[in-house]
Order: sequence, then structure tokens, then C-alpha cells
Amino acid sequence: MEIATTKRSSAPTARRKSTSQSKFPDSEALALQQQAAAAKATYGRGNPIRTKSIKDKKLRHNLKTLENKYRDATLQAKNAEILLEHSSGFLEPENALERTYKVRQDEIRADVAVETAKKGFELRLEGLGPYDVCDYTRNGRELLIAGRKGHLATMDWRDGKLGCELQLGETIRDAKWLHNNQSFAVAQKKNVYIYAKDGVEIHQLKRHVEVTHMEFLPYHFLLSTVSMAGMLRYTDTSTGQTVAELPTHLGSPTALCQNPSNAILHLGHQKGTVTLWSPNSTTALVKLLPHHGPVRALAVDRSGRYMVSTGQDRRMSVWDIRMFKEVHTHHLRQPGSTIAISDRDLTAIGWGTQISIFKSDLFTKSLLSQNPLDAPQLKVPTPYMAWGGEGKTISRVRYCPFEDVLGISHSSGFSSILVPGAGEPNFDALEFGTNPYETTKQRQDGEVRALLNKLQPEMISIDPNFIGNIDLASEEQRKREKDLDAKPEDKIKKLKERGRGRNSALRKHLRKRGQKNVIDEEKVRAREALQMHNRREQEKVKRLQVEYGPALARFAKKGI
Amino acid sequence: MKIKALSRPQASYQPAGSTIARLPRNLDPALHPFERGREYTRALTATKLERMFAAPFIAALDPGHVDGVYSFAKDPESLEHFASGSGDGVVKVWDLPSRQEIWQSQAHENIVKGMCFTRDKRILSCGTDRAIKLFDPYNTPKGGAPIATWLGNNAFTGISHHRSLPSFATSSSVISIYDVSRSSTVPTQTMAWPTSVDTITAVSFNQTETSVLASCATDRGIILYDLRTSSPLHRTVLTLASNSISWNPMEAFNFAVANEDHNIYIFDMRNMKRALNVLKGHVSAAMSVEFSPTGEELVSGSYDRTIRLWRRDQGQSRDIYHTKRMQRVFSVAWTPDNNYILSGSDDGNIRLWRAQASTRQGVKSFAERQKLEYDNALKERYKHMPEIRRIARHRHVPQQVKKAGEIKAEELKAIKRREENERRHSKKENVRKRRSEREKMVLVTEQ
Repeated sequence: MEIATTKRSSAPTARRKSTSQSKFPDSEALALQQQAAAAKATYGRGNPIRTKSIKDKKLRHNLKTLENKYRDATLQAKNAEILLEHSSGFLEPENALERTYKVRQDEIRADVAVETAKKGFELRLEGLGPYDVCDYTRNGRELLIAGRKGHLATMDWRDGKLGCELQLGETIRDAKWLHNNQSFAVAQKKNVYIYAKDGVEIHQLKRHVEVTHMEFLPYHFLLSTVSMAGMLRYTDTSTGQTVAELPTHLGSPTALCQNPSNAILHLGHQKGTVTLWSPNSTTALVKLLPHHGPVRALAVDRSGRYMVSTGQDRRMSVWDIRMFKEVHTHHLRQPGSTIAISDRDLTAIGWGTQISIFKSDLFTKSLLSQNPLDAPQLKVPTPYMAWGGEGKTISRVRYCPFEDVLGISHSSGFSSILVPGAGEPNFDALEFGTNPYETTKQRQDGEVRALLNKLQPEMISIDPNFIGNIDLASEEQRKREKDLDAKPEDKIKKLKERGRGRNSALRKHLRKRGQKNVIDEEKVRAREALQMHNRREQEKVKRLQVEYGPALARFAKKGI
Repeated sequence: MKIKALSRPQASYQPAGSTIARLPRNLDPALHPFERGREYTRALTATKLERMFAAPFIAALDPGHVDGVYSFAKDPESLEHFASGSGDGVVKVWDLPSRQEIWQSQAHENIVKGMCFTRDKRILSCGTDRAIKLFDPYNTPKGGAPIATWLGNNAFTGISHHRSLPSFATSSSVISIYDVSRSSTVPTQTMAWPTSVDTITAVSFNQTETSVLASCATDRGIILYDLRTSSPLHRTVLTLASNSISWNPMEAFNFAVANEDHNIYIFDMRNMKRALNVLKGHVSAAMSVEFSPTGEELVSGSYDRTIRLWRRDQGQSRDIYHTKRMQRVFSVAWTPDNNYILSGSDDGNIRLWRAQASTRQGVKSFAERQKLEYDNALKERYKHMPEIRRIARHRHVPQQVKKAGEIKAEELKAIKRREENERRHSKKENVRKRRSEREKMVLVTEQ
């Protein structure tokens, strides 16, 4: 079988080679071309400018050098791939009968390295309540878990070192690490509090009342919370200032997630809508309707292309958020309560007591046949992995960044399971906050650098690359946009103020304006204004007649 | 089932016993979100830092002259020596690294109008006392007598040495060429434009095309001469007189003149009908101009007490330098290493400035150089953004200069408006053709 396939595949390549030889003098050129195309696909920034059609000689030359520079940069980046040390993990069936979702954790642990096997563990915390919250720092080094009844713990989970443990004695609705492992925010019964890593309370955010969900935007240093009343708040954690308070007017929100590529927040609501928010707009940027019931969970992948949501209607729907189109939707057996998407696009969905993990073909291979003439037939993707079914209600799943580990907080504690192929294998040590092995000095340096490069909240937009682009809106349009709040000019008031004399402007307006039989609000108001004006004039005449006395009464006139 | 999971031993990132952690990179764009926004923020920070570190003034050379400094001469054989001449006839030679005076002499009885170094490291100076003197500053004691003296009929206003021959040109009402090697005090050649009689204010040898020299005179003319035919080639009359001439060291046919009408004009000597570029910005007469050794930039000193730096191909100045105590600037010069600027002003001080206000000389570490390069690239890339442009262009300007600039702009606008009105209301046959800004000031060109 294998031999046959290789033969079949080798034949056309040989033929192609012979034809290509006539086109390209050597195969090296072809290889270079392929390399350039691959480099452009991964590292390129879109299509190059066509310089040939540019008339201006100087501009053409400048652009050409620029394009060459960009092309060389992509090629160099591609060539630097040789320096990447690790390749991603995987789970592959060896014969047609094996199924990856049937592989159990103990089998995986037996097959991987000892150090990796240690990363799968379980914390049994019975009696401290359902654990609703788990969160990893951005480098995946530290873990934060919190129970609904007020138990909260941070730990360096690889070494099993406890950072701090608190019994807050208050409901905890959400907890989130801030930009590094030095502080975290906890949404408690009434307010949000910020604690240092040793559990000392640093701040109480009094404006954030009854917060249900929190997100932290690491590049903007914004802590965004959404409250029971549907108020979305952004607070700058580096300065402590409130950036925006946006009422959603859509009731108590049910889910919140951020798009990591453009820092837009996705909010799920009771009526099945998902709204997209930025701190720069008082209304939602986009409204989607993926569900018929309350949205339960939301997640967006790292590249910001796809959104996966689950709702109380037991549907799981996958959206392309570049086009705002639903890719496909299918049913779960129970409503999915939590979703997480890993760096390598493995989607973990917790429903009831189970977890299903799907590969990235969840986003792409939606239809059974690619032929558009066939009736669209949904293929329910088989999960890549599965876990659970042991009576622990899953409340949150989170992938550990840069590891093949999925953290699960459930009703009786916290479990860490191995998911081969989930984590990004090669981290960038110079990217702020994403070095799992950073030293204290590096963390401190990185923090200063990150604060210097802090992005302003005004830069949050659906297209994060709008900065530096030419604004093509005309001056007029810009002016109009500038004073959207300006009151519309009141014509009648203006006329009333200058309407004098017999042939008043108001009368003229009434006489001239449009059809006589059409009575609209403006006309009614104008008529009333005219009557009032006339009445005042008559009163004035009467008053003057009395004032002038009987002999001079005839000199009392209107409109003097 | 084939199973592989990530395993990264901690030890591979910081080997035991080592204090240096490895920093692996991954250039995948997905790991670096908000690329544009972050680059823009960095560019903004870099621009702000550049302005924060902009401290152009280094020092005033001590002790300065008693009278104003009216002439400079750079030693073409040395990076570190230059000479200055003042209004009371004193000539001083300076050592730049130590900022010390190394030689001085009372050369003239009146203003030292022009100076230049000869190729054998001696100084020629000329003054309004009708004398040209030759000194040897490196081998004679301070206050020593001149080696040679030439006496002329009129006051001398400028002097320039030939690139290779032992001859120099001086200007008075005519251009006289003297030979240093001859003992006679009579010039070997005299050249003058037949119809011009007024004083020539500056003369300059072209150091590349060595037999060409240019002069400007109070009769508003710029005259080009050729030594080979020993005759003037060309005369251009501008609307106002020019004060100083500087040849471009890299493009032998281009030169700049500092004009009384506040502007600096760059001309191509092959086509004198229009200027290559007009540098506008000074609010009073430009007194002195010099090309940088790279030929890319210019420096000019003005009667408005400021120094401006220009790019050759841009119309507005790149930077403006001033201090509270600096008076009218009569002489400016680039140091031969292109890194510093010298200015001599009416108050008798010679000031040393950085050519790039925010750069610092000195050895830089690799990381520092890399950071500066990166920042420069970012600044270049985002220079059009309004906030960055505003910060990069902002300069604090003395109140008088600012006010004068505003008044000047207003007056120019009024003139333009009047011309447009005249044009609009006159008959078509009487309307003169519009002239571009670059040829407006050229009144006459004569061959």
C-alpha cells in the first residue's frame, strides 16, 4: 500500500520536474521560489505594492527598495526557523482501528517523558466548593484557582510551590492574573480587589460593582470587567484610571472573552446575542446572533479569526469573525459551559462532566463534500481527545500557554491533563511576559519595557493595523463625525426670533413651504408660534391704546 | 498510538552554574500581536527621547575674542585645528579636542575680514587695513611677527586658497591672485567684471574644480571666474546682495550663497537662471553659509542671532540653534569630521555645537547602536503620523525671532495678495508671466 502511494506520487513529480526544467534552468530557482512563497505566507504582511505601474520615478524606486527590504525580511525570518528548537506534540493513530479520543490520560503519561508526565496531576479540594475559576499567567508559569465559596490559591504549578492561599469568606465570581505573576484581580461579592502575589490586598476597585466576568488586556494594561447590571468597565491597571464605562443595555451578561489579536471584547448575552466592544465606542461595534438561548461560553483563537461559542440551546457554533459569518454549528449533548482554544488551535469544550477537545479542522472542514452543487451536509467533527465523565461538573477549562497541558477547574478541585499538540512549542523570550523560564531580572526589565510600549486604549479597533494608514474619509465626513452630538438646527426657533412686522418670516415660511394639505410637526409648531406671535402683538396694541389715551389711540400699531 | 508531548527541561534554558539565560526567538507574527500599534508607540517614544536629549550647545571656546568674530578658517590638513579672526584684528588658532587656544597674534589693525590656511599649515589673513599677512602658527610663538606681508590699494574683504597651487585669491574691488612662493607684493593676476565697480564681499575657490572661483559683491552680483582664461565667466544679479559663498565639496558645480533677503540659494554654476533650491527660514539677513563635508547638509548663521541647519534638498531648516547670549552670527563652519558646528558671533564668542542635536559621540555598545538604529528606522517609518511629526518638528524659538517670523509671513502674504489682485484686475496683455520661487530673485544673467 505504501509503496503504491509513493509510486503514484512520484510519477507526476517526475513529469513536473521535466517540464519545469525547460521553464527554469535549475531546480534551485524553483526551490527558492517555493521558499519565498512559504515565507510570504507565514511572515509576510500582505501583498506587495505593484511598483511597475507607478509613474513617478523616485517614488517607484523608493517603493521598490522598500518592497525588497520586506521580502528579504520575510526570507530571513523563514530561514531563522532552522533555529527553532522544539516541534509540537501530537497524538497519532498507528492503524485504522485506533482512535485518538479513546486514549486515556494514564496511557499518555506512560508514553511521555517523566518530567512531562508530572504535569498531569489532580488537586482534590473537596468541601471548599465548586472551583469556578482557574487562570494561568501569560508565560504559563503560575496558576490561580478560586472556589465559589472564597478559597483562592496561587501556585507555581510545575514545582508544586504554593504562592499564596486565601480564604476570602466571600463569593468569588472571577479571578485573573494581571500582566505578570506579581498581582491578580479577584471579582468578589461586591467589588473587585487586586492582590499582590503574596496575598496582600493592594487595591479595592470600588467602581467595579458586582462583577461577573473579567478580562485583562496585557498590551493595553486594561482590566475590563462586566457587571451583573450589564456595565462594561475598563480600568488602566498601570495608572488606576477608569478608561471607559459602557452600559450594554442588554441585561446581565453571560460570557466574556477577548480577541487576543485586536483586544476587542466579546460579550455573550441572555438572548443569544454576542456583542463586540471596544472602549472607544458607547455602542457595540458588532452584534452577532449565534444562539437561541443564553450564551454560555465564548472563545476566540490566537490569530483572531474564529470564535467558538456555546449556548444554553446546546449548540456550539463556530464563527468566522473576519467576515462575521457562521462557519457551522452543531449540537452538544449538554450545553457547553466553558471553552478554551489553545495556541495551536485545539478547542476544548467542557459540557456537563465531560470535556471534548477538537482539532483545528473544527474551523475549516465544515462540510462533508467540497462540491458546491451537493446539498450542504454537516459533518460533526470527531473530537481529538476526550476527558471526564466521572461526576465532576466542569466549570472552566484553560490551556497552559507553551505547554501541552489543559487546566480544568471543576466541582471537586482542579485537574491538569496532558493534551499533546496543544501548546506553542517555541516561545519568544524577548516578547513581553511570554518567557516561561524568565528570571526576576528579566521580568523586571520586561515590565518596564512593556509599560513604555503600552498601547493607548484609543488604538483598540477591529482592525488593529489601522494605525499609520491614510484616513480616506473626506474632510466633510470628518467634520460631520466630529459633532455627531450637535443639536440639529431648529428652523422655527430661528424664524421666531427674527420674525417681525406684518410679513413675518414665520408667515412666509408657512406660506412658501411645500404643499398646503400636508401637516407635519414642523408646520404645526410654526403655526402655533405664529398664533402666539399674533396674540402678543394684539395684546401689545391694546396696551398701547390704553396707554396713549382716547385721543392718540389710533397711533397704536402692530409691529412697532 | 504514537504520542509525543512537549518537554523542555529548565536546565537547557539556564545551564547549571551559569548566570546567563538563553533567549530563544520565534518570529512567528502570531506571537507578536499589535505589531503596528506597538511600533508606533515605540516610534513616538523614540521621537520624544530624541527631543529630550537634544542639547546642541557644547561649549563656548574660552577665552573668546574681545570683538566680534567675523572670519573662520579650517585647516585642511587637520581635523582638530581651526582659526578665528575678530573685529579688533586678532587671529587665534584653536585646538578643538581640548577647546584651548594654541596660538594668537594681533594680525591687523582693523577687522580681519578673511582667513584661510595654506596647504603647508600656515595662515593667510586679510583685513580692512589693506594688508594680507602670512603666519606660521604651529612653529612660531604667540604674538609672533608675520612671515610675509602683502599690501594692497584697497581694504581686503575675503581670501581663499587654491587647492593645490601655492596661490590665493583675495577680493577687494577686484579679485587679485597672489603667489605665495613669489616675493613680490604685486598680484599675478587681477580679474574683474568690466561693468561692476562695487566692493566684492566674498571670494571662494572651488576645491574640486580647482581653477574656478566665485565671488559676490555689494552690487548684488555673483560672479564666476576661471583662472585658466584669467577672466570672469558669468555674472548673475539677484534682487539683494549676497554675503557668503560656499561650494559643495561633493558636487563640484553646486554652490550656496547666503543672501541679504534672509534666504540661502543653492545654484548650479552651469545654469544660473534659476536656483536649485531656496532655503527659507531666517528672519534676518543670512550672513554666512557652509556646506557640510558630506555635501548633504548646510549650516547658516544669520543676523537674527540664530544658526540654522538645512538639508540640501529640503526647503525648510532641519534645526535651529540659539542661546540667550549669542548675538548676530557672522561666521559658521562644520568641523571636518561632520559631527560639530562652530559659530562665531558679534559677542566675540566662538561656540561649539553638535551637528545632530540629540546624538552623542563616544564609543557605544552593540546593544546601544542597535537600539539607535532601530529607533531611527521607526522614526523614519512613522514620521508622517501627526503626533510624531508635531513633536519632531517643534523647536523653541526666541520670542523676537518668532514674532519676526510671524510678521514676515504676514507681509509676504500681503505682497502676494497684492500681486494676485493686480494680476486679476489688469489687462491680459499687461500681465507678466508668473515666475517660480526659484527664479524670482534672479534679475539678470550675463555671460
